[in-house]
Amino acid sequence: MTLLEVNDLTTYYKLKEGRVRACEGVSLRLEKGEALGLVGESASGKTTVALSLIKLLPENASIAGGSIKLDGKELVTAAEEEMRKIRWKEISIIFQGAMNALNPVRTVGDQIAETLKIHDKLTDREAWQRTRALFEKVEIDPDRVREYPHEFSGGMRQRAMIAMAIACNPRLVIGDEPTTALDVMVQAQVLQLLQQLREEIEMGLILITHDLSVVGETCDKVAVMYAGQIAEYGPTEEVFTRPAHPYTRALIAAFPDIEGERALASSIPGNPPNLLYPPPGCRFHERCSEAKPLCREAQPRTININNHHYASCHLLDRQVKSCRA
Amino acid sequence: MQSLVSVDQLEVHFAVRTGFMQSMFGKETPVVRAVDGVSFELGKGEILCLAGESGSGKTTTGKAILRLVEPTGGKVLYEGEDVRSYNRLRLRAFRQEAQIIFQDPYESLNPRQTVFSTVAEPLEVNNLCRSLAEKEERVAQALVDAGLHNPRELFLRYPHELSGGQRQRLAIAGALVLDPKFIVADEPVSMLDLSIRAGILKLMVDLRDKKGIGYLFITHDLSLAWLVSDRIAIMYLGKIVELGSADKVIKEPLHPYTRALVSVIPTPRRKVITQQSLLKGETPDPVNVPAGCRFHPRCPEAKPRCREAVPLYREVRPGHFAACHLLDS
Repeated sequence: MTLLEVNDLTTYYKLKEGRVRACEGVSLRLEKGEALGLVGESASGKTTVALSLIKLLPENASIAGGSIKLDGKELVTAAEEEMRKIRWKEISIIFQGAMNALNPVRTVGDQIAETLKIHDKLTDREAWQRTRALFEKVEIDPDRVREYPHEFSGGMRQRAMIAMAIACNPRLVIGDEPTTALDVMVQAQVLQLLQQLREEIEMGLILITHDLSVVGETCDKVAVMYAGQIAEYGPTEEVFTRPAHPYTRALIAAFPDIEGERALASSIPGNPPNLLYPPPGCRFHERCSEAKPLCREAQPRTININNHHYASCHLLDRQVKSCRA
Repeated sequence: MQSLVSVDQLEVHFAVRTGFMQSMFGKETPVVRAVDGVSFELGKGEILCLAGESGSGKTTTGKAILRLVEPTGGKVLYEGEDVRSYNRLRLRAFRQEAQIIFQDPYESLNPRQTVFSTVAEPLEVNNLCRSLAEKEERVAQALVDAGLHNPRELFLRYPHELSGGQRQRLAIAGALVLDPKFIVADEPVSMLDLSIRAGILKLMVDLRDKKGIGYLFITHDLSLAWLVSDRIAIMYLGKIVELGSADKVIKEPLHPYTRALVSVIPTPRRKVITQQSLLKGETPDPVNVPAGCRFHPRCPEAKPRCREAVPLYREVRPGHFAACHLLDS
């Protein structure tokens, strides 16, 4: 059953200098209980997609087009009042950097219980009971509910954030770099926990990260974003073993893999484009080692490589190839 | 290999601030044992990686070697001379040869200093240039060495005009301008995007090859450590638990802690994390260090002996050191 369907989502930021096209024509699909990884470099538009999904964009940003359907319900046109009911109850988000996302002057339990009281209309006692149960679920001693964030270690804070995100049994959880800044062992613990919860409460998960291995570890599907657009999309294993887009290939080559060869891969030359003035044609052409003249001129179509594996690149386009031949 | 830096039983203990009443009643001040008896040798032109979780004492070790933090015990020999015995003049000379690169190029650079003045500052402080032309020449050379081409165009730029990768290169140029022999690189790429990381790492390795710079490379990322370093030391709670060649430590780890860490290094193509591979609990507080082997409360293979006696750090195989009771039998 389809949980989330995003079609042609386009979000712009307004600046003095013009429009930043942070996210353009993004389409995704998530089944119930499925996990999708959204990978890309900084400023590729990953977080913008996430914030668009729960409509928590900053004031100068707006969704300029496309649709977001959660269980068939359109969110783009939903009023703020309606969104407030959807947030946390149906879609929740684990923010980047748990250090800063928790309120330092209130106890951790208090912050989770508040969510429950507001969204699930629980009484004070019920809410605290649930909070203790949630602490147990994320493997924190329930007797620590009345402690402040600074008394927790980094991993515990991140787990508390997860407890908060799953407090109202949402159907979709968005994790924005939930494990960046964590140590390997703590990262492994957090990923394992997310996996377990996904199976237990059948929640859908969108994991935003720049770390390919985190996606490989937890996600069924992956979308590789570059400069505000999706470059490649498909089942994780398929995309990582047979990457079709030159950008995905370059990313994978740059990733240190202890099972691969012990040699420093070359980095991708240049920098991602300024999205105030995105380059014409394929947005990756300036850094692409295989770019053809056409890549400078026309935007590539999305090509279906085989079932459920898509990439947007002229080099894969049979029509383009036959034209040239 | 000729030894560049030799660290022997290095200790850095920090006193925890306590209240007046507590000290009145003669309570002992608690001590954070950030670094607690660390020994290793770094050869000329060698890249040695200090790896471990946050709070294991990696950065403090690096800083103590440069005397940016005063060690409370042990010895640090730089080219055979004890760094702790340096007087002010000698320390100054030492700091020209030994440099540090910090993690975050967004914070380690002064936003109000231009590229030129950032790189020229060490030259000015040490009175190394006779003329402006000479200074410009050396700054330009350092920028080129750090992989920033057309340096003169960058001279008057500010850090905010540079990309993340360029900023880290600028920080490296600031270290290179004094022709160092030894660089402590504290997580030099962890704030950078994957696509530019490799470039910075390659630069560091190239500088080693060309100029014979020795690096103490501090990172929590074991796959990076494996890629760039000659040898890896794994730290846990202020002590080195294992040290050996990069390949040996990652592919044939001896210590249970290293084995646990290596088993959860994620790789893109395969799922590696299982419930069994996870260590239970958290790293203990360095104020109350567990007795015996520090790792025993979390060790899946702990024996009664591990609770009592501190394991000896010894050469288990040629060039491969570890401290674990299980390796003794």
